[in-house]
Amino acid sequence: MTGATAVSGLLAAEVPYWASSIIKLGVVALVVPTAALILGYVFLMKMMSFMQSRLGPMEAGPYGTLQLLADGLKFLQKEDIFPDKADRTVFALAPLVVLISTFLIYVVIPAGPDAVVAQLDVGVFYALAVSSLSVVGILMAGWASANKYALMGGLRAAGQLIAYELPLVLAVMGVVIQAGTLDLQKIVSAQATGEIFGWGGIGNPFILTQFAGFFIFLVAVQAELTQPPFDMPVAESEIVGGYQVEYTGFRFLFFFMGEFGTAFAFGALASVLFLGGWALPWGDLGHWGFNIAGPVIMLVKVLAVSALIFWFRFTYPRLREDQLQRLAWKFLIPLSLVNIVVTGVFKVVL
Amino acid sequence: MTASGTDQRQQLAYVAAQAADARLNVEIETEGMTLNIGPQHPATHGTLRLVARLDGEQVVEAEPIMGYMHRGYEKLAEVRTYPQITTLINRIDWLGSFANEVPFILAAEKLMEVEAPPRAQWIRTALFELSRIANITLFLGDMAVQLGAVTPVFMAFRDREFVLNQIEAATGGRFHPNFDRIGGLKDDLPRGWIEDTKQAMEKMRNFCDEFEELVLGNEIFQARCRGIGIVPPEVGLAYGLSGANVRASGVDWDLRRDGQEALAYDQIDWRVWTHPDGDSFARYWVRLQETREATHMVDQLLDGLPPGPIMAKVPRIIKVPGGEAYAATENPLGEMGYYIVSKGDLVPFRVKIRSASFSNMSITPWLLKGVYVPDIITILASLYFILGDIDR
Amino acid sequence: MSSTETGADAEAGAQPDRRREDWADKMADALGEGCLEHHIIPGSDLWVRVTRDSWTGAATAARDRLGCAFFDWLSAIDWLPSPYGRDMDAQEDNPEPRAAGATEQGYAGGETRFQMVMRLYSVTDHLGITIKADLPDGDLSIDTLIPIFAGANWHEREAWEMFGIRFNGHPDLRNIYLPGEFEGNPLRKDFPLLARRVKPWPGIVDVELFPGEEDS
Repeated sequence: MTGATAVSGLLAAEVPYWASSIIKLGVVALVVPTAALILGYVFLMKMMSFMQSRLGPMEAGPYGTLQLLADGLKFLQKEDIFPDKADRTVFALAPLVVLISTFLIYVVIPAGPDAVVAQLDVGVFYALAVSSLSVVGILMAGWASANKYALMGGLRAAGQLIAYELPLVLAVMGVVIQAGTLDLQKIVSAQATGEIFGWGGIGNPFILTQFAGFFIFLVAVQAELTQPPFDMPVAESEIVGGYQVEYTGFRFLFFFMGEFGTAFAFGALASVLFLGGWALPWGDLGHWGFNIAGPVIMLVKVLAVSALIFWFRFTYPRLREDQLQRLAWKFLIPLSLVNIVVTGVFKVVL
Repeated sequence: MTASGTDQRQQLAYVAAQAADARLNVEIETEGMTLNIGPQHPATHGTLRLVARLDGEQVVEAEPIMGYMHRGYEKLAEVRTYPQITTLINRIDWLGSFANEVPFILAAEKLMEVEAPPRAQWIRTALFELSRIANITLFLGDMAVQLGAVTPVFMAFRDREFVLNQIEAATGGRFHPNFDRIGGLKDDLPRGWIEDTKQAMEKMRNFCDEFEELVLGNEIFQARCRGIGIVPPEVGLAYGLSGANVRASGVDWDLRRDGQEALAYDQIDWRVWTHPDGDSFARYWVRLQETREATHMVDQLLDGLPPGPIMAKVPRIIKVPGGEAYAATENPLGEMGYYIVSKGDLVPFRVKIRSASFSNMSITPWLLKGVYVPDIITILASLYFILGDIDR
Repeated sequence: MSSTETGADAEAGAQPDRRREDWADKMADALGEGCLEHHIIPGSDLWVRVTRDSWTGAATAARDRLGCAFFDWLSAIDWLPSPYGRDMDAQEDNPEPRAAGATEQGYAGGETRFQMVMRLYSVTDHLGITIKADLPDGDLSIDTLIPIFAGANWHEREAWEMFGIRFNGHPDLRNIYLPGEFEGNPLRKDFPLLARRVKPWPGIVDVELFPGEEDS
C-alpha cells in the first residue's frame, strides 16, 4: 500500500526499500523549506506589504523573490549564541523538535494517488497528533532560554496549543464521520466521488456540508500557528517574541521554517479535509497523471487557504490570554460538539 | 471630590485579593516574579523602564523608572536667550513639535506684554492643530500595533505624511519647525499652501473614517480595551492627568476653549469631545474624534485667515521684563505649560516646564495594580506618552 | 497679611479681577495667619504666598474651597543670583564669578533662597492659582502633598533631586531622573553647567532679521 512514491510512480519501476526511503526523505526535506519560502514570500513579504501600502523587498532577485534566500543565508552566517544561564542541550534541541514536528506532518499529506510518503489508515489522527509535538519544543525553548519573557511565552504557548488542540480535532470529526474513514486518501476520494443531492458535478467537497467544521478548523489552526489574533506566545509588544527571544542565527531560522512549514501543512490538511485535496471530481482518480497535476491543484488550494489565514494575521489585533481560553472552551468546543451531533444524525438518517 | 474614595475602595478590593492569594501561596508555595520591561522594549517606544512584580500573569505592582532620556532642559534654558530656547523645547514632544513652542512663546509674550497680530495668531492656531493631527495620527496607529495589529500603523505613517508635508511647506521643518517668534511668526504662509492643506485635511478625514471602522469597530480591539484601565475623573485630576486622558473620563475641560491664551480658538466653531467611560477604549475614541475635529478647525482657520502683518513690534534684541508668567495650552498629549521667571535679562531666570506626559504617566503605578501583563501594554499605549515629554 | 497690587492693575484699573480677588480672600480666610501675601495680575493669574506650615493646608483649602481638583505641577525656585553669570556671551557676561548679591524674589514676595511653587487649577471655573512657600535655608524640608494630591509624588521626587528639598512623609523619596549615586542638585543656581564652564558658548546673541527687514 505504501510502496509507491511520486517519483517511483513516475518511473513505473520497483525501487528497493532503502532507495525509496531516501527519496521520500529527500522529498519531505525539500518540500518543507520550499513551502516555508513560498508562504514567506507570497504572504509575509508581498501580501502584507501591499496591505500596508508599501512594496516590500524589491532588491534581491526579480521583484524581491530571492529575499528569503538571502535572509536564510544571513541567518546561517550568524554566530550561534547561547545565553549565559541557558540549559544548553535543551536550548539547542528545542528548534529541532519544533521543526521535526513540522516534517512529520508532511508524511501523510497526499498530493496525488501515489504522491504520498506514507498512506496511513489513521492519517487524520496521525497528522493532528504530530502537529502538537511542537508544543514540547516551544516549552523547551521557553524554559531553557533562562529568560522571563521566554518563559512566559512558552507557558502561554503551552496553554494555548493544548486548548486549541481540542476544537481542532473535534472540527475534523465531522469530516471523518461523513467520509467514514481516517485515511486522508480515502477522504479525498470520498469528496471527489461524492454527490450533492444526487448531483455529482463538482463532487462533494466537505466545506459545503461541514462549513462550521471548516470555520472552527481555521480558527484553531490560527491559534496553533500562534498567529494574530492568537499570537500571545510571541507577542512582540508585550513579551518581545516570547520563546524566540533568545534565539539567533540558524536556530531562529528553524523556528521560522517550522512556523511557515506548519502553516503550509495546515493549509494542505484543510484543503485535503474540506476542499477535495489533490483530486478533481471528474476523471479517473487512479490515473497516473494526477501525480503531476495533484501537487499543482493542491498548491492552488493551499495558497487559497493560506491567503485566508494570513489575511487574519495582518488585520486583527491580538486577544488576551484569558479571552483566548474563553473563546476555545466556551464557544469553539461546544460549537464543534454540536456540529458532530448534527453530522452524526444526518449520517444515520440519510 | 474625594480622590481617596475610589482609591480606597480599589485598595481594599486589592488587599482582599492579595490576602486570598497569600493563603493560596502558602499552600502551593509560589513566589512572585519581577519582570523588567524596558528600557529597550517595543512597547515603550523610547526608553521608559517598567519594573513589574508579577504573580503569574497578574501585576502585583508596577513602577515606571524614567530618566534614561533626561536632557535637563530646565537648566539649559537658564543659559539661553529666549529665541534660542524654542530650538530646545521643540524636542520635548517630538511628534507635535510646533505645539511645544506655542506656550513658551505665549508666556514670554505675557511677560513682555506684546500680543501677536491676528494673522499670526490664526496661523499659529492652524499650525498648532496640524501638529496635533500629526501627533495623534501616530497614536491611532501605534495603539493598534501595541495590541498586535500591524497594518494600521503603516496607514497612519502613510497619511501622516500629508500633514508633515504641509508643516514642512509652511515652516521648513518636518519635525522641528522652530517657527514661532516672540510677537508673531517667522514667515507668512507660502503661496498655494491653503489649498494644499485643505486637500490634506480631506485626506485626514478619510483616514479618521477608515480608522473608526478598522480599529474602533474591531471586536477584538474592543474586547482588549473596554473596561481596561478605568480612570475615575477625580483620581485622574488629582494625578494631574490632562487632555484627552481626562476628557475620556467625562471631564469637560479643554484649554483650547477654557484657557485664556491669545489663540484663535474662540473665533471658530468647534466642540470638545468627551466620553463617560474612562477606559482605554474611551481614550482612543476621544483622540480619534479630536483628530477629525482638528481637521475641521484647520479648514475654518484657513477660510477665515485675517490679512495683516505677522509680526508685532518687538525689539531686535529681546530682553524680557522682570516678572513671572505661566502659559499653558492644550497640546496633543495634554496640558503643556511654561512657568517663566524673568529678571529682565536676555535669558530667563528659571523655566519650569510642565509637560503633559510626566503627569499622565504618574498614574501608572495606581492604574497597573492587578491587571494582566497584556493590559499593561494597553494601558500604557492608551495613556499615550512620548518619552521626551516625560523626561524633558 | 499684606497685599500687593501691580502697576498693571492700576492701568487696567477699571476692571479689577473680581474672581481672583475672591479666591485670594477665600484662601486668606481659610489659612488665617498662614497666608502671607498675594498678588493678582488681572485677567491673567493669581499668586498666594503661604508659610511653610500652611503648605498642605493651602493645598487642601484650594481643593475644597476653590474647587481646584486638578493638580497642575509642583516645583521650586532658587532665587540665588547665579554666581557664574551666564557663561554665554562675552558682551553681556561677567567673566569672573559674581559675588552672591542680594537675592530678589518674585511676585508675592519671599524671604529665603528657596521657594516652593505649586500650581492648582479648577476645571470647572477655569482659573488657576500659584501657591508659594518659603523654605528656611537651614532646613530645606516641607510636608508632602501626596495625601491631598496623589500626583504630587513624582513632582516631589523631581524637586528632591533637583533642589535637594526634603518632603516629610513622602514614602519613596528617590531620584526620579538622575542616577541614584548622582551628587549635587542640578537646578540650584550654584550647580555649574559643566559644558558651559569648560567651553565657552560659541553662539553670541544671534538676532534674526525680521521678514522684510534689511541688514544694516
